[in-house]
Amino acid sequence: MKKELKFVVNGQTYDLWIEPKTVLVQVLRDELGLKGTKRSCDSGSCCACTVLLNGKAVKSCSILALQANGKEILTVEGLANGTQLHPIQEAFLDNWAFQCGFCTSGQMMAAKGLLDENPDPAREEIQLAMDGHLCRCTGYNMINEAIQDAAKRLQTQEEQGGAK
Amino acid sequence: MKEYSIIGKPTRNVDGVAKVTGEAVYAFDMTLPNMLYGKLLRSPHPHAKIISIDTSEAEKLSGVKAIITGKDTPGGKWGLWRRFPELCDQTALAMDKVRFIGEPVAAVAAVTEEIAHEALDLIAVEYEPLPAVFEPMEAIKDDAPLVHDDFENNINTTRHIEWGNVDEAFKNADYVREDRFSLSSQHHAPMEVHNALASYDKGSKRLTVWASTQSPYFLQLGLADALKMREGDIRVIKPHVGGGYGGKNSTMPDSVNAALLSMKTGRPVKIVFNREEEFTTTEHRTAMDIAIKIGLKKDGTLVAKEVKLITDGGAYTGLGATTLYLAGTFVTFPYKTPNYRYDGVRTYTNKMWSSSMRGFGSVPAVYAAEIQLDRAANDLGIDPLEIRRINAMTPGYSASGEYTVESCGILECIDKMGKRVKEKWNDLGEDEGIGFASFAYMSGGIFNWIDTPYAFSGAMVKVNIDGTVELFTQASDIGQGHNTVSVMICAEELGIGMEDIRLHPADTATTLADLGAWGSRETLMNGNAVRAAAAEIKKMLVAVARMKLGENIVYDLVAKNKRIYLELRPERGFSYYELVKDAIKQNDGEPLIGIGHYTPHNKGMISPAYGMGIQAVRAKVDRETGLIEMKDVLVVHDCGQPINPPAVRGQVEGSTQMGLGYGLCENMPTDNGLILNPSFVDYKLIRSRDMPTIELMEVPTYEPEGPFGAKEAAEATTSPGAPALANAVYHAVGAEFDSNVLKPEKVLNAIRAKEQKGKA
Ligand code: FES
Ligand code: FES
Repeated sequence: MKKELKFVVNGQTYDLWIEPKTVLVQVLRDELGLKGTKRSCDSGSCCACTVLLNGKAVKSCSILALQANGKEILTVEGLANGTQLHPIQEAFLDNWAFQCGFCTSGQMMAAKGLLDENPDPAREEIQLAMDGHLCRCTGYNMINEAIQDAAKRLQTQEEQGGAK
Repeated sequence: MKEYSIIGKPTRNVDGVAKVTGEAVYAFDMTLPNMLYGKLLRSPHPHAKIISIDTSEAEKLSGVKAIITGKDTPGGKWGLWRRFPELCDQTALAMDKVRFIGEPVAAVAAVTEEIAHEALDLIAVEYEPLPAVFEPMEAIKDDAPLVHDDFENNINTTRHIEWGNVDEAFKNADYVREDRFSLSSQHHAPMEVHNALASYDKGSKRLTVWASTQSPYFLQLGLADALKMREGDIRVIKPHVGGGYGGKNSTMPDSVNAALLSMKTGRPVKIVFNREEEFTTTEHRTAMDIAIKIGLKKDGTLVAKEVKLITDGGAYTGLGATTLYLAGTFVTFPYKTPNYRYDGVRTYTNKMWSSSMRGFGSVPAVYAAEIQLDRAANDLGIDPLEIRRINAMTPGYSASGEYTVESCGILECIDKMGKRVKEKWNDLGEDEGIGFASFAYMSGGIFNWIDTPYAFSGAMVKVNIDGTVELFTQASDIGQGHNTVSVMICAEELGIGMEDIRLHPADTATTLADLGAWGSRETLMNGNAVRAAAAEIKKMLVAVARMKLGENIVYDLVAKNKRIYLELRPERGFSYYELVKDAIKQNDGEPLIGIGHYTPHNKGMISPAYGMGIQAVRAKVDRETGLIEMKDVLVVHDCGQPINPPAVRGQVEGSTQMGLGYGLCENMPTDNGLILNPSFVDYKLIRSRDMPTIELMEVPTYEPEGPFGAKEAAEATTSPGAPALANAVYHAVGAEFDSNVLKPEKVLNAIRAKEQKGKA
């Protein structure tokens, strides 16, 4: 029996009927075509599928889509403002914080979750917060630097009063 | 050093915006209308005869569109060692027997993945289990079961290398030591699993495959051999790839069976491995046992080296035969080795097969050599950096026709390391140690076991009337950033901006053959091809400019800042855009097309050039728990002229992470051929929290064979992490190791053994 899922993804309201056992990443990728969110282990152990649910990082392969009912989801596709990249995206670009890019949407979404809560994290705090996020390419240091750089960019943006 | 406009300047990834916005498309993300989902039924036995396969129940399941077994395939065998047909041993589905746990025996295509899965459970296979063999030393015994009937003693390949007079040199050495090491396998663990989408066009009888591959050309050849089709009737397209690291060179059952199922159903078919299949049925690093003997003079000069090794090949060949070859070469680097003998054996065993992985061959070999060198230094009372300095290769060093090392900055690297360690790490605490290991690797291989008749790399540049450039190359960006490097090289050569170039990469139908991304070959080999193609265009534009200027022929013209002008009188010249228009008009409207290619010649048997350097690891050992804390890493690196510095750093960081993982925690234990840790929970990777800081120092040299002086960058840095870590632990607490993966129990045991030795 299908059930109704009403939620907001990247600012857009959706009203869908889905099988109750469907996990969130399936709805995002297969129903909504938002393929920027990746699947790598499908078992909650790599964080490649991380999205924000009401502002908190969650592994979208490990929660049922219905758990997002009535809530707001942000995926990598919702990070930029039109053609204006988000400071986290700019920082990832300038710091070469990705190579293959397959873990990157998960990393950036978690970084956003972290920076929204802790606008000026130390290296160790980033390492701790990002620990479950596997990246086989970068060796993590350049991701950590990008997150610190993004923190600075966000602060500047705030000082200039333009941030959301 | 020469100042370039673009080369050597930090440059954003040309695919970067697509990757940070989620728009980059990977094979994993692709679907086609009317597409079916394929799944493979895999053997639960390490070695068994297939008595019968009954698919009738599965075929009745609604939604199942096709099921195939070995007898439904064209029976084509394939492999990467195409020059040696007997080593082309892979098949799409097992024919009469299975040789490892996980070998596919049947393939299903269905309208959903779930139905395909369900169908697998309904296929009945009757096996007759056969005795199996899992260890290389067992496999070569006369009474061992044969994995392949035609390979006596399960010997897949052997390799002998020798130069100088080894026996004589050992006799005259002041100091001789022999050590044995046992090195584990390691999995690439790319974040994107193996997957392929195949679409067969019934009308034209042509096949198109999109796959997560490191080499569209290798895949095209593998598919042609497997399907008994013409190469030209198969088009392989490589979209963005979510990591390879050597694990996506071979043609695997995902693409071949997707193709077979598509040919049978007339519909596109996609096969995606799950994470467990990725760990258990895709290639991994070659495990090996190494016996290594060195002879030195009292002052530390190396006079002789002898290496014997045996590798655990698993059930098929892959690039494993090349691993044998490279281990035998890089176990000598980067040191002058006047007398050398090597014997390597690769065995077949009843396990998933081993193949190439980042730094392949070199990673286990360097582990043995660099730990042994430290022990020798210790015995002779020589500083570990000094013994490396004494024996370091110098520019132009040649080993008896096997290889010649032109650009060679290893001495400068060692000296710089010495200075930096003194400066930065002068505060070592208790139970802390510093370990060193040198490293070197090739800039692509010269060998042609794939048997290509084409140049090793080709590129084509087409210039449109408005000066925009279309760059066509088959080179594979698998995350390392080669797309950016190609565009940078093309722009530098033409003296234009990168924004004027559109790249068309990695499509076998539209680009000239390139052997793919392995052995760090793209920067040098494809870079040379791209540069040559752009140089063709430059030549045309220079000719037009020269005519317009009417200057004396001896005057040189340069292409820079979107102009072509007289080198000595820069004000005399023309805009690039104007020259393009003139050139096309003058040439009866023909578009400007430049073609370039590269194949190494007269460069020995291994590689045209070698990147190298030295790494130091600072580690602290907890004597109570055996836990190792990696505190900091220093890398001094010679990659010739770095093309894109942040990309080079990214490669150093990433390969160091893999090397340290190999040293500390990554391995693949098996029980009767069953891999015991096929998940991210059980397979331990270095995580963000474990990762030490890394300081990278470049020692730029100029490699005459490379584009703008560039060569291999940072594949070699996969090798030093594990031995440098082991050496650091030795210097911290005196514990010695003869294998990688320094788990706490192992460290505690080694500390105890050392204490006992001290008492005795
Ligand atoms: S795919 Fe969700 S945690 Fe790995
Ligand atoms: S960028 Fe490739 S896995 Fe992180």
